[in-house]
This record gives sequence, structure tokens and C-alpha cells, in this order.
Amino acid sequence: MAKTKMNQSRGLAKRIYRARQLYLILALPLIYLLVFKYYPMLGLQIAFKDYSITGGIWGSEWAGFKYFEKLFKDYNFKKIMINTLRLSLYSLGITTIMPVILALAINCVNNTKIKKAVQTITYLPHFVSLVVMVGIMNQLFNPIVGLYGNVMQQLTGERPVDIFGIPQAFLHMYVWSGVWQHAGYNAVIYIAALAGSDQELHEAAQIDGASRLQRVFYIDIPTILPTVIIMLILNVGRVMGIGFEKAFLMQNALNQSYSEIISTYVYKKAFGAAGNFSYSTAIGLFNSVINFILIIAVNKISKKVSETSLW
Amino acid sequence: MKRKSFKRKISSDKVLEIVLCVILVVVGIVVAYPLVNIFASSFSSTEAVMSGKVWLFPVDFTLEGYEAVFRNNDIWIGYRNSLFYMVLGTIINLVMTLLAAYPLSRSDMPGQGSIMLLFTFTMIFSGGMIPTYILIKDLGMLNTVWSMLIPGAIGTHNMIITRTFIINSIPKEMLEAAQIDGCSDFQYFLKMVLPLSGPVIAVITLYYAVGHWNSYMDAFMYLSNKNLYPLQIFLREILVSNKIDADLLVNEFGEVAAQGLAELLKYSLIVVATIPVMIIYPFVQKHFVKGVMIGAVKG
Repeated sequence: MAKTKMNQSRGLAKRIYRARQLYLILALPLIYLLVFKYYPMLGLQIAFKDYSITGGIWGSEWAGFKYFEKLFKDYNFKKIMINTLRLSLYSLGITTIMPVILALAINCVNNTKIKKAVQTITYLPHFVSLVVMVGIMNQLFNPIVGLYGNVMQQLTGERPVDIFGIPQAFLHMYVWSGVWQHAGYNAVIYIAALAGSDQELHEAAQIDGASRLQRVFYIDIPTILPTVIIMLILNVGRVMGIGFEKAFLMQNALNQSYSEIISTYVYKKAFGAAGNFSYSTAIGLFNSVINFILIIAVNKISKKVSETSLW
Repeated sequence: MKRKSFKRKISSDKVLEIVLCVILVVVGIVVAYPLVNIFASSFSSTEAVMSGKVWLFPVDFTLEGYEAVFRNNDIWIGYRNSLFYMVLGTIINLVMTLLAAYPLSRSDMPGQGSIMLLFTFTMIFSGGMIPTYILIKDLGMLNTVWSMLIPGAIGTHNMIITRTFIINSIPKEMLEAAQIDGCSDFQYFLKMVLPLSGPVIAVITLYYAVGHWNSYMDAFMYLSNKNLYPLQIFLREILVSNKIDADLLVNEFGEVAAQGLAELLKYSLIVVATIPVMIIYPFVQKHFVKGVMIGAVKG
């Protein structure tokens, strides 16, 4: 008994020794991972401390749950939670479904010229940077010099109101500009799955007299459903972590009642007037934990219901 | 009777085809038209832009907007810095990603599974904005070029794509044969894995390079020295915050031009900033698609 155990550990030691060069190759990436990804996780402790520049992460005084209590009592708390959820659920729904519809439509069409052209055009905006994307929106929706202003003038005879001053408009512009930018690219994965699907099923269905539309519902959609679910889980993981960058770039004084979300609030509480790193970190941590729980829950539900899961 | 219903099915399919073709053409136009309009506006005169005359083609063709853009010193600084960050940053990314992906593709390495988990965990949980900022500050990287190159050295997703590719496309028998011939892991990595990983290296190079060119967040958080700013930061100032250097708005006669030039300049700037990506786009399109496919295989 003891002997086999010793043999085993000697076996392991041997295998480790044999893999020594692999560990050496991995050393640099591993150090990077620990320093730049895991050390900041230790830094999360300042959410429970009164962070001071002199004390740093380790030397600052413990403060308990002070900053979490402060968060729940913050008069902005309800607003930013609602804004975050509203923006992310809206965006989650639309950005999950639109690429699926686009892919089904492209797959359905026989005209290869139109197919190719639409695919090429719809990938293109994916590579435009976020800053330029927001810049494009600013120009196009400008009531005086933009396309939107021109169209409205042709239709109504006068210049329209500034759309950036309407808080609700932020929501739609955020989500639909995302569709404009990424739907084509995100459809690629579904188009490939559809192209690789079993053609005999289609032939059999055709012989049985199924129309193309029926085949979409009974063959195409079931084919890509697992992939759609995986994408949905991945997107749910981002629900609470919804992009700081885009919301921040699109934010202005007039649309804050809709555009102030948790991540932009984190930034403001840290670097704005009377910035407080501990409070800001507490808000960020609260956000990450909810996010983490969500992705695990959705993965579990999906595993039970559809037997598709990330892990 | 039967034949009749079969015919009807065919014709309903035809209707569907026509309807979908029309819808797809409309989608294509809706996606492309804003870009076409911006392109046309950038070559038009300020009067034409201000009075909303530009639809599909440039009106009163001029290069005024582009002249204003290229008079701007900041744009040149930004272009230079962005190129630098893109080239050097991508090289660092490639080296680090390959160094991580290869050992993690070897299931005979003890601890491979747990180290892999260590990597993937960072995809769903992170220290967040402030602790990372404090780290960069404590490392003395704040306001240096290193803050643009090192913190994002490995994109976990790209590392997983690379690892999946290595596992799936380089046969295990090759490693065994090489080992019998006395090939060390270093040699195998350099002489076999790297040459055979060409396709995936192309894919992640593109991902990383476009990522560097388009990113503004790290620079926004970590840089305050104007000489280090990448292009995207200057773009934000002009396109989003509307901060335009008054010098730019002086025309060739030395007069301060109207607000119109500021707007025209923005159109031209959008074109100038996006051109590098758009030029390489047709060549890389199929690689991106390939990347999506490799990434889709569950690792």
C-alpha cells in the first residue's frame, strides 16, 4: 500500500521532471497571469478598507462593509441598477436575436451574388472602432449637418429636435448601433453551422413536400439552437458588465437619466470630484459578483433544459 | 392532385426567395449607406455639408476637410503612436499567447487542467477597473508606453483559439515520433508547432492588431502625456467631446472659417481614421471567418 503510493508520487515527480521544459515555456505567461489578472483580485480587498495612497492595498485600515452599506443607501443606487438592467436586457435580447434572423435569411436565399454582397457589407462595420462609431452617430444624427437632419427636413420641411437631448433615445441608439456594427459578424458562426448541416434532411423534407419556410422552422432553427444558447449564455455573462466604453462615450449631460450605468458610475466615483477608490471598488465588486452568479445560474438552467452548456 | 400541391409549394418557395432577396438588399443598403454618406460628405464643400445637400456623391468636390485634418499635428502624433503600439503590442501578444497555448495543449503535462482553469476563470471574473489601475500605478507603468503594451499581453480568448488549433491540427503521433528521435520540447515547439500554426497565427495577429488600433480604454485610463496618446484619444476629443484646436479652423487665406469647417473636418477625420482597417479588410475577411470557426470549437 505504502509502496504503491510512493511509486505513484515518484511517477508524478518523474512526469513533472519530464515536462520541465514545458513549464519553462509557460513560466512567462503564468507570471503575467498572476500579476496582471490575479493580483488585482487581491486588490479587491480595498472594497472592505479605507484606501489611502500612503497605506496602499495592504496597509490601509479595515472598514468592514461600510462601503457596501453606503452603496445601498446611495440615492443613485436604484437609478443605476435600473439603467444597467434596462440597457443590458434590451441589448441582450436584440443582439442575440438579430444575427440569428440575418443568418437564417442569408442561408435561405439561393441568389449567391446577393448573399455574398450582404455578408461582405454587414461584416464591415465590425472593424470600426468604438470612438469612430460614436463619432459617426454624432455626425449622422446631427440635426443640422447630419443625414438625419437632412431626411427630416425633406419630410417635414424643418430641422428636427436634437436627438441626443432625448434620454430615451440613448437606449435605442446604443442597442441598434450595436446591431448595425456587429450583427453581420456575429451571424458568421450561424451561417457556417447552417452550411455544414445535414443536407439529406432537407432533401427528405422536400420529397415529403415541405416548403422552404417549413424547413427553416423544422430543420434550420433546430440546427443552430445549441449555438444560439451558447451565445446567449456568453451574452448573459456580460449583462451586468455591459460596456463601460460605449456608454461613457455616448453619455452627455442630457441623457444621464438613462445612460448612467454601474460601470460609468464606478469610473466617476473613483476619478470624479472627491473620488474614493474604496467606494468605487465596492461598486465594481458588487457588480462582478452578481455577474458571476448570473452566468453560473444560466449555465446550470441551460444544462437542465437543453443539455447545452459552457462547462 | 398531388402534383398540383407540389407545384404550389414551389411557387411559395419562389415568393419567399424574392421577399428575402428584397429584405437582404434593403439590409445591405441600410448598413452601407451611412458609410457612403460620410465618405461623400468628407469630399464636399462646407456649404454643401452645412446645407444638407450631400446624399450619395460629393457635392462641390474639395479636399478642404482633409487639408484641415492633416494640418493637425495631433493627428500625426496619434497615427505614429497607434502604429507603434499596434506593431510592438501585437508582437508581444503573439509571443506571449504562443508561449501559453503550446504547453497548455499538452495533456501529458501535470497540472495542465488546473492551469487552464486559472486562465479561463479570468474570463468571467476580474479585479475590475480600480484594482487594475492601482497595480499599473504601483508598477510605475502609469504614463509610459508599457501601459499600452503589457497589461493586455494575453487575450484569453485568443489563447484558447490557438490552443484548440494546436490540439486539433497537429497530430499526437508527430510528437511521439519526434520524442523517439530525441527531440526536446523546446525544439518541438520551435521546429514543429510554430511552422504548423501558420493559419491560427494569422488569425490572432489580425485580432490583436485591430484590437490595438481600435482600443482607447487603456490609453484613457493610464496616459496623460499628450505625446504618448494613440489616435483614438485624439479622435475622441474631436469627434465626441467636440474639442477642436482653433488653429485648424484657419483656412488658407488666414481667415477663421465658420463652424462648417469643424463639421467637415469631422467627416474627413472619420474616413482617415478608418481607412487603414478598411484597406486591409478585403484581404483579411476570410481569416476572420476562419478565426470564428476555430473559436467555435469547444476547447
